[in-house]
Amino acid sequence: MKPPRFQYAAPRLLDEALTLLDQYREDVKILAGGQSLVPLLNMRLAGPSYIVDINHISELQYIEPEDGYLAIGATVRQRQVERSALVQEQLPMLVEAVQHIGHMQIRNRGTVVGSIAHADPAAELPALLTCLNGEVLVQSANSERVIKAEEFFTGYLSTALEAGEMLTEVRFPWIPPQAGWAFMEFARRSGDYALVGAAAVLTPALDDRCMVAHIAYLGIAGAPVRAHAVEDVLVGTMLDDATLDSAAEIARTVVSEDMSDVHATTEYRRVLTAELTRRVLKAAWERRQP
Amino acid sequence: MATRWFGAPVQRIEDPRLLRGRGSYVDDFDLPEMLHAAFLRSTHARARIVNIDVSTARALPGVHLVLTAADLGELLEPSPLLVPHHALTQPRTQLPLAQDEVHYVGETVAMVVADDRYIAEDALDLIDVEYEPLPVVHSLEVAVAQNAPLVHADVPGNVAAHLVQTVGDPDAVFATAPHVIRESFVVDRGAAMPMECRGVVARWDSHEGSLTCWISTQGPIPIRNGLAAIFKLPEHKVRVTAPDVGGGFGTKIMMFYPEEILTPFAAIQLGRPVKWIEDRREHFISANQERSQLHEVEYAFDDQGILLAVRDKFLHDTGAYTPYGIIVPIITACTLPGPYRLKNYYSEFTVLYTNKVPVSPYRGAGRPHAVFVMERIMDAIARELHLDRAEVRSRNFIQPDEFPWDVGLVYQDGGPTKYDSGDYQAGLDKLKTLLDYDNFPVMQAEARKQGRYLGLGIGCYVEGTGIGPYEGAQVRVESDGRVFASTGITTQGQAHFTTFAQIVADQLGVEPKDVLVTTGDTQAFNWGMGTYASRAATVAGSAMYLAAAKVREKTKQVAADLFEASPDDIELADGKVFVRDAPHRALTLGQVAISANPLRYAYGENARKLMSMKLAGPRPGPALPPERGGPGLEASEFYSPPHASFASGIHGAIIEVDAKTGMVTFIKYAAVHDCGKVINPVVVEGQVHGGVAQGIGGAFFERLVYNDEGQIINASFMDYLLPTAAEVPPIAVDHVETPSPLNPLGVKGAGEAGVIPVPALFASAIDDALSAYGVRIREMPLHPNRLFELLQEQQGR
Amino acid sequence: MQEQEAPAFTEESDIAVTVNGHHYERRVPVRLLLSDFLRHELHLTGTHIGCEHGVCGCFTVLLIGDAVRSCLMLAVQAESMAITTIEGMAGTNSDLHPIQQAFMEKHGLQCGFCTPGIIMSVHAMLHDKPDPTDEEIRHELSGNICRCTGYQNIVEAVKLAAERLRVSQSEMEMD
Repeated sequence: MKPPRFQYAAPRLLDEALTLLDQYREDVKILAGGQSLVPLLNMRLAGPSYIVDINHISELQYIEPEDGYLAIGATVRQRQVERSALVQEQLPMLVEAVQHIGHMQIRNRGTVVGSIAHADPAAELPALLTCLNGEVLVQSANSERVIKAEEFFTGYLSTALEAGEMLTEVRFPWIPPQAGWAFMEFARRSGDYALVGAAAVLTPALDDRCMVAHIAYLGIAGAPVRAHAVEDVLVGTMLDDATLDSAAEIARTVVSEDMSDVHATTEYRRVLTAELTRRVLKAAWERRQP
Repeated sequence: MATRWFGAPVQRIEDPRLLRGRGSYVDDFDLPEMLHAAFLRSTHARARIVNIDVSTARALPGVHLVLTAADLGELLEPSPLLVPHHALTQPRTQLPLAQDEVHYVGETVAMVVADDRYIAEDALDLIDVEYEPLPVVHSLEVAVAQNAPLVHADVPGNVAAHLVQTVGDPDAVFATAPHVIRESFVVDRGAAMPMECRGVVARWDSHEGSLTCWISTQGPIPIRNGLAAIFKLPEHKVRVTAPDVGGGFGTKIMMFYPEEILTPFAAIQLGRPVKWIEDRREHFISANQERSQLHEVEYAFDDQGILLAVRDKFLHDTGAYTPYGIIVPIITACTLPGPYRLKNYYSEFTVLYTNKVPVSPYRGAGRPHAVFVMERIMDAIARELHLDRAEVRSRNFIQPDEFPWDVGLVYQDGGPTKYDSGDYQAGLDKLKTLLDYDNFPVMQAEARKQGRYLGLGIGCYVEGTGIGPYEGAQVRVESDGRVFASTGITTQGQAHFTTFAQIVADQLGVEPKDVLVTTGDTQAFNWGMGTYASRAATVAGSAMYLAAAKVREKTKQVAADLFEASPDDIELADGKVFVRDAPHRALTLGQVAISANPLRYAYGENARKLMSMKLAGPRPGPALPPERGGPGLEASEFYSPPHASFASGIHGAIIEVDAKTGMVTFIKYAAVHDCGKVINPVVVEGQVHGGVAQGIGGAFFERLVYNDEGQIINASFMDYLLPTAAEVPPIAVDHVETPSPLNPLGVKGAGEAGVIPVPALFASAIDDALSAYGVRIREMPLHPNRLFELLQEQQGR
Repeated sequence: MQEQEAPAFTEESDIAVTVNGHHYERRVPVRLLLSDFLRHELHLTGTHIGCEHGVCGCFTVLLIGDAVRSCLMLAVQAESMAITTIEGMAGTNSDLHPIQQAFMEKHGLQCGFCTPGIIMSVHAMLHDKPDPTDEEIRHELSGNICRCTGYQNIVEAVKLAAERLRVSQSEMEMD
């Protein structure tokens, strides 16, 4: 299983990379961590004529706390985030999500932005970004724009990126200090793509009722799903068992119709989603700091 | 004779090399001028080949050869049928390259040889094949249906074989039995998935007219014989070596896989070495698979839980061809009676073709299926009569004083299925201790109160091992005292380099590290079959013992002459040879080897030593008396077992089922096994651990999923789930030892044991965990989704 | 805005890599996988190929100390990096590394094919987690598949290696 022929360039400046993308448009693929792209090349399921390796672009190597969010540049490895004292302290939910990604060998090379750009619906980071209502920074040779997570993921392995555009930064909003969070998934084996997963952040009000609820799922549709219907049920409650049951029932309906594959039928995914909802909400609520 | 090394946990001699990354697996061979092959494989499960256009591929720079069936001439013959049988009335084996039709996704259609594998794969993309798809037989159900499409146009009803065996008078027993139950069981496809895929390196030397092949195979000698015949070469001009092999588990014993003929063919055509290394995607669609059967079972028992009779009718899926005959279903039929007194048994199987990858043995080779059925029967009897499951088994066990026990069937080797020894109750007792069986109901009840579902399952098996026809070994002492031993079987991690060294070391009074063992090289040893069916230690080990014992005898005779003593008074210890009460006046084993060859002069230190010892001069008469059996300290011996020897075991596990999701975790796993005398307990335990892990994979993680088009839809490691260290529990192992009276070592096979009872005990444990719902597992493998569905069905009642 | 001169696309590239402390310079096709570069260009055949899609772990090497899947990297991506393969684990006096020694003592390998990848992963793991529990070991090793051993003795070997490395580390610190 060897890659087909392609042309390769490894620019050292972002502008150079964007110029190349602009020149070759649809026929270019970006190589960052390679943990998604290289298997596709090896299996000859991808056959781009041009590959632009961005690993040498040092200006994309940053983990920066900004006003309102944590900014991560396109060449930051998942493992760097896992090991970063800053992230452990200020956005531990991101560390938790990253630790669910595959195995350490994958995380040593795979990038945070790459995972977002690849947009696998069973991946952790797109779901987390969706849950937190985050954004991505998209640049091209002539422009740049910011896209919200819920608009960025458009379907199975599809994003709002246009030809000539590149994801250069991902922005994870901060979680309020009093909020409780949890990230859980059901997977067949340690490190597998999840069958279903959920990221939840619950912010209590002063009277300890749920004031704000964010919950997003992976593995239940072609893109991560921010389940507003579930969130609505939780707001104003103390997440007692009846509320959780209700939330679980609604969560079932959020699962897309055509989600059967070799590992799970759609119906089974609904069952898992319901059970996962209960567990993730309970765990998140217990973690709050009123 | 006291044995110092037999039974000792000797550290493996072969490890330092492997640990340093200095193994020599077939892909590690880089020969000068070597070219690389790749194969185009069918993308249809069944189709007519309308046209193949290789012109563009041939023209690609870097491509040296492109072959289709039309280019093969006399080579275009079906490969040999490995194990013919009278019941296999419609055998079919594969052509090296498909001619007019393809019969499974993955079948070889064309071969490319190029400067490197990358270019070879580029060339594959340029080959244009026009297929006319035909209706696909994608399952056993389709294969047996009325008016089913035919996998082979000239095989009516897709039936390759049909065999009935009867023991006793089951009909009479069924007619009067107090209890009769009827059930269906399904076991579905899985595969061995060794970490190293297949591979061949072939080199043709036109000056010497010799062909050398390194093949990741379990059986180089049959391949050597076959290649010699095909290419019309004298056998001694063909050398086939299995170098280090990264796992076999049955998948690598074939004669031939098409690639094993075509790679040497290309090497001969091109006059340059050719290498073919299978990649994992190819492995999924062209390395043999196994495990698919459908059983319809009826069983009769009495009020005491004694099993009176069994009728088992099953369908066996052989895939598109029968390269290995009907060995697997025969083994299933013979294994079903298990450790129980079953005197009335009707077994009928039909082997059907399907448009899937061909089937040949995978670790267990039909036994897991049989054990699944029989152990489900035992559990059903217990449930029906409200008896303890272990108690039911105990009541049915063959007792130690009832051996040899003739099951009444013809085994895969053509000999009787006759258990030589065993103590099944002892095994069960040990298992119950390991699992704390008697206290489990308390643990289970406590857990239920917390809403948790724990279950305990057990599975017993008897395993035919150590079949013939024979193996051989040669042992030789060199003048420096080092010992060389070689045999025709091969090694894929079973530590033969250490265990056989232990056997030889005991005979010759040296340490295992002083014995260099060679396996799997036709040039080092010329006769034999290979490593499969849990037979290497038993058959080749016994031959190794006989050869070493012969060398020991010779050593004593030569030393007796030198010391003017009786051979009975000669001792071998610590690499030295001496008269029993005079150890100070010893020769080294090497010096005796020198003396044993009337031709060989002693040099330097040896000459001085031998002179100074004033040993007896040569006696009158021939320098090499005929009774000596040849010069030097060297002997070749062969061992041919009278019939199989029967190992046994019983495993158990405690699991937890999450009733909300169908997910299962192992809490405890215990294995008790009996492989007779044990050469190296650490090695045997390692084999059990590995087998259990594959068994767990086959019970709950691994399933090969074919769609209606005969395509495998999970043909990668992302979707075919091999258990990792996180899924396999710690495994407690204990032993029972009932030596085999059939061979000089008293050993029985152990290689496959671990995998055999796992599906059975897993089902048993799930039934136990979910007994409140009346769940009854009748299919393997399971996965959480399916388990959840089964649970729902029960809850719906 | 000034037009940037973008780097040229190539199908071959010159790379300079350090492997096991040795410096190599080679011209390679850009599509050559790092695993093939190590095995066939540099003849370091200890790293094995099990699947080429990043699951089995046989091809694990250390890239500047981090365990990575060499079958999921292009050789050109290793430009100016330091790689350690299994051949670099034993010391220059050719004693086995404590991890290798522990595997031998605990029968942690059978066919040996997955072993180099596992040892590299263990090396990286023990660097981060010098005192892992059984569960942590099994979790960290879940990216390396073994088909022979059932993992039991591998876990034992890792614990033994961890213990010995901790002892020698504390001895070094005491000096």
